[in-house]
Amino acid sequence: MTPWVRLLTALGALALLVAVAGLVSLFIGSAPVSPRAVLAVLTGLGSAQGVDEVVVLSLRLPRILAALLAGGALAVAGVGFQALTRNPLAEPSVLGVSSGAAFGVVLAQVFGLRAGLLEALGLTAFAFGGALVAGVAVYLIASRAGGLPVHTLLLAGVIVGIFFSAAITVLISLVDFDRLGGVIHWLLGNLAPISARALGVFAVVAAAGFALVLGQSRQLNLLALGEESAQQLGVNAERVKRRIFVGAALLVSAVVAFVGPIGFVGLIVPHALRMTLGPDNRILVPTALLGGGVFLLVADTLARNVVAPAELSVGVITSFCGAPFFIYLMRSRSARIGL
Amino acid sequence: MSSLVEFREVGFAYPPHPASPEGRAFAIRSLSFTVGQGEIFGVIGPNASGKTTLIRLLSRVLAPSQGEILLEGESLDRLPRAAVATRVAVVPQDVPQGFPHTVEELVLMGRYPRAPGRFFESDADRAVAREAMAMTGVIALSGERLDRLSGGERQRVILARALAQQPRLLVLDEPTAHLDLRYQAECAGLLRRLNRASALGIVLVSHDLSLAAELCDRLLLLAEGAAVRVGPAESVLEEATLEAAFGCRVVVDKHPVSRRPTVQVIWPGG
Repeated sequence: MTPWVRLLTALGALALLVAVAGLVSLFIGSAPVSPRAVLAVLTGLGSAQGVDEVVVLSLRLPRILAALLAGGALAVAGVGFQALTRNPLAEPSVLGVSSGAAFGVVLAQVFGLRAGLLEALGLTAFAFGGALVAGVAVYLIASRAGGLPVHTLLLAGVIVGIFFSAAITVLISLVDFDRLGGVIHWLLGNLAPISARALGVFAVVAAAGFALVLGQSRQLNLLALGEESAQQLGVNAERVKRRIFVGAALLVSAVVAFVGPIGFVGLIVPHALRMTLGPDNRILVPTALLGGGVFLLVADTLARNVVAPAELSVGVITSFCGAPFFIYLMRSRSARIGL
Repeated sequence: MSSLVEFREVGFAYPPHPASPEGRAFAIRSLSFTVGQGEIFGVIGPNASGKTTLIRLLSRVLAPSQGEILLEGESLDRLPRAAVATRVAVVPQDVPQGFPHTVEELVLMGRYPRAPGRFFESDADRAVAREAMAMTGVIALSGERLDRLSGGERQRVILARALAQQPRLLVLDEPTAHLDLRYQAECAGLLRRLNRASALGIVLVSHDLSLAAELCDRLLLLAEGAAVRVGPAESVLEEATLEAAFGCRVVVDKHPVSRRPTVQVIWPGG
């Protein structure tokens, strides 16, 4: 099978999963809307009631789109960080990048940024700034002359994450709690329905980050040879690292700005894909976009329904899956990667 | 013999270490030599004599602080990285631990400099990669992961990746370091065949002085970053010269079959 056929087959299968999960998710929820009413709203046939229309088109649909976008963005960022650090445990929340972005968002909210197009851009910019600061800090703490040792990188990520979480708590304590409505819920990762405009900004920023990572995916493969060998094969290693870092930070900050710091998607999805499709980043990056989307959509549909009419934060579900998975990876891989 | 590579008064110093700013020692000092088209050129010398730095300079990972390096008459500094990689292929000692890709994927990476903008390799790239794997006898391993292979197999796979670059010059860093006697002999035979079949120039960096003497048309003996001597093995591998460069006592003999020089250490305290 040529690589194009392999990639397109995998993308086709994942697109089918996206469609199925999306449809199922449209039909279920805590609001009592019958399947027939959902069909009526979707097809425009029959008598759709106003309430049903609001539930399906204004609550469920934007939430489904946000889940697909956020999951895809996190998984692609995970693939990028893992290839960049040559470490299968690297992930936005483990590396402290999510916490940095979250700090940026809380800071922006303290300054009064909330809804609207400009504000959405502003929030993303603050999140991006926070992600960059956290990422650079982790890199500087962990780097040695010979590269990035696995141990130190993970520890540095955890420490920087703790620092930014503390800084967030300070900000929250300093300002009037009402001005930060829902911040706790958001900090756990919450796919509350977001406006079409915010969704648009989210999509554009995520697309830019995705394009940056995809454009360097062949070079990422060569980076597995070590930086010097990659350079000897004509790869501008510094440029590749910069672009991947900026691209992944864009993806993470968009997710954090619009749905909150959801953990472990960037760990679970790339690993599952690597086990089925192999280590080629040219296949992993595009499939992670769809695979991450399906994963988060399923997690969010569970979050909406398992304790209905109440709701869990989707981040709780991903963390419950992710933490044991992280331990499993750490123990099974430790021999091979010298952890 | 026209020149493939020419070093002209090349000097290189690594940036000073923050802990010892005064220690800006030159790793390479006014080094001049040429490697001819299709020549097998050996670089020998003790540890820290500048051999690794020489490989990095030759592959444009580092740029000289002084002097100039010419590749087929063109200044190496003015060539883009990928253009250098289409002419100079470096064979490192190994791939990093945990390298996740298969043999075929690794060999295909050698095609990157030919078309860096391409997303997947073309059918033509695949054909070149298969040919390279056939040349080093690893085609049966093409679907294997590298950490499942023996040291000798890995070495031949890495060599196949370099051949897939279709270079004019092959730079080998200690090619026989991990190999037992049989693979050393196979490796030497393979290099000789490649050199003769396609007039491929070879720079062989090695601690194995007898192997270098056996394979190479000329040798460069480095010590403390400077050339001690350049010339045919017989003129470079002299006892007094080697003892001064390496700081130990040696015996230079003639190989009973090939009549090339062989070097043996006189073990102290024996």
